[in-house]
Amino acid sequence: MSRTRLLRMAALGSSVVLLAAACGGSDSGGTDETGAAGGDTPLGGEPYAGPVGDATGTLNVLAWPGYAEDGSTDPAVDWVTPFEEETGCEVNVKVFATSNEAVQLFQTGQYDVVSASGDASLRLVYGELVQPVDTDLVPNYADIFPELKDQPWNTVEGVNYGVPHGRGANLLLYTAAEYPEAPTSWADMWEADSPLVGKVSPYDDAIYIADAAVYLMATQPDLGIENPYSLDQEQFDAAIALLEQQKPLVSEYWGDVVKQGQGLANGTTLQSQGWQLTANLANAEGDVVGTTKPEEGATGWSDTWMIKKDTEVVDCAYKWLDHVVSPEVNAQIAEWFGEAPANQESCALTQNEDHCELFHAEETEYWDDVYYWTTPTEQCLDGRTDTTCVAYDEWVQAWSTLRSG
Amino acid sequence: MVATSPAAPAPPGVPAPSPGPVRVAQTWLHRTVWARLAALLALPLTWLVLIYLVPLALLFVTALWSTDSFTGLVVRELTFENYRDIFTEPAFLLTVLRTVVVAATVTVLCALIALPMGFFMSRVASPRWRPLLLALVLTPLWAAYLVKVYAWRTILSPSGPAADVLGWFGLSAPGYGLGAVVLVLTYLWLPYMVLPVHTALSAMPESLVDAAADLGARPWRTFRDVMLPVIWPALVAGSIFTFSLSLGDYITVQLVGGTRQMLGNVVYQNFSVNLPFAAAMATLPVVVMVGYLLAVRRTGALENL
Repeated sequence: MSRTRLLRMAALGSSVVLLAAACGGSDSGGTDETGAAGGDTPLGGEPYAGPVGDATGTLNVLAWPGYAEDGSTDPAVDWVTPFEEETGCEVNVKVFATSNEAVQLFQTGQYDVVSASGDASLRLVYGELVQPVDTDLVPNYADIFPELKDQPWNTVEGVNYGVPHGRGANLLLYTAAEYPEAPTSWADMWEADSPLVGKVSPYDDAIYIADAAVYLMATQPDLGIENPYSLDQEQFDAAIALLEQQKPLVSEYWGDVVKQGQGLANGTTLQSQGWQLTANLANAEGDVVGTTKPEEGATGWSDTWMIKKDTEVVDCAYKWLDHVVSPEVNAQIAEWFGEAPANQESCALTQNEDHCELFHAEETEYWDDVYYWTTPTEQCLDGRTDTTCVAYDEWVQAWSTLRSG
Repeated sequence: MVATSPAAPAPPGVPAPSPGPVRVAQTWLHRTVWARLAALLALPLTWLVLIYLVPLALLFVTALWSTDSFTGLVVRELTFENYRDIFTEPAFLLTVLRTVVVAATVTVLCALIALPMGFFMSRVASPRWRPLLLALVLTPLWAAYLVKVYAWRTILSPSGPAADVLGWFGLSAPGYGLGAVVLVLTYLWLPYMVLPVHTALSAMPESLVDAAADLGARPWRTFRDVMLPVIWPALVAGSIFTFSLSLGDYITVQLVGGTRQMLGNVVYQNFSVNLPFAAAMATLPVVVMVGYLLAVRRTGALENL
């Protein structure tokens, strides 16, 4: 009796596997018409042929904090539930704090879509973890700012790997009580003679080395840094030296926005590098934290929603991409997180009429000295061919060494 | 079940039925010792091997691999580069040393606090109160780890209660740092030390202390030569918890450690980008712990766990 039950379960199990295989097959089959130019199969296979039909299933979303709110942070802030009601796709949201965490979590294969910054997106593409995206299947793609489309962090060899979501600068955060007027420079976070001993809080991630490089671009032009993600050994060493110089000033390195906001609110930290979101969260009860983009420029992000290579809910995934860049939702996200929306139509729909002006969504020149997170590679990104640059894994190890000392 | 249900008595004249398959299996199992053992141990051994030994082996193997610098994918070729990186970089060695020192300090502090606490709970307090005291020691274990650490983060912040209280005495708060880490870890793991010490002291016959007093031993001598040998295995057993839990902790350090890091943080920083390096780093506490356990085995405390 127990043997027949075992057999029955085995049969059921194998039929589930067969079924899954069959479904997987129909998802990726017949994509010849939409294949990329050139005949070579792009990294991650062919894009979905469409059409995006009725969707069911569970969509697992991996997102930066504030990008996929389901009402659990603030009941009034919710664009996940409307999506679920509209499409019938169930959504699970997992947030991450750094791009490294995002890549690591995405490698587990448990997530169907991810909001990837430029320092994660290419690693996902070259690691063949994401699939090309046919932007024709995302109706709202048409309204996205042209300057965000087809950029090196979302497009490889002419193939799009996602839709742009929004952009922002990593700002200087300061305690409003201490600074009646916004500081104009990063100097107090870097210089040896800064009065802020034990009072600044940098971002606890290897990509923060680029912030040192941005400051060096302004203060030590002799180093010849053109792109803070494209550093040869000498430039890289200078950035690390600057980070060593910063160490006595550091109260703590921040890893999550709540902890960072707390630090600014309780006086552990007077200046910090971070996101508008932190200030928005901390300022829920009065003006505690101010933000500014200092004169030296800043690092920043331009994020891309990407789809897992072999996702079983490709219809839900495409609908999600279209949903988050729709004028209404993109406006909501941009306001909640505190960034510039990707959709041009969003600017007319923000609750604060001046939002796009505040975040310079439509001013191309504002972004000239914002250096979007990018994955550093051995081949220099600034076009130099006479030298090699320090690759990202060495950035991580250098960061780890710096933090361990 | 069907086969073993008692059959109706066979009518006379009909030959006895041949034994059913279950009966045959029972007989065979009864005669074959190794099969019986295998059937009994298969499940727990599978658990032990799959959940503990295989991952540990994988950890040690992964530590000898490397990663592709761009995609972060693991390259499965043997190399000792990770260990070379660790042992030639003073910052990493310093982190190992710092971690061991923190774990040892936490252990010593826990022991120093647990001794009088355990003594009071098991010997001094009236028997009526003893269960309540024990329950009070255990209650912090019911609260979530993160909640407790975040609470300490608030307490120790520059404008927090600790700073206020110290301010009354004209002292300034030490703030976040290694001291705060030791303090919070001691708080977190103290129950794991109090419990075995309390148990050992409760089990110690009262007559031993009386005899020592009768023979003229002063309190300190009684403690050193009579009580300490009895509770030593319990102290060592407790220290295994406090030491190993502190050795692997990285969240407390993140929240109250200021700019300081411990071993776990280095693993955490690297495991997404360079898994083999993180694995190599993670083998270090394993080695430290194995050494500690080998040393502890000689005290006989492992039988006391």
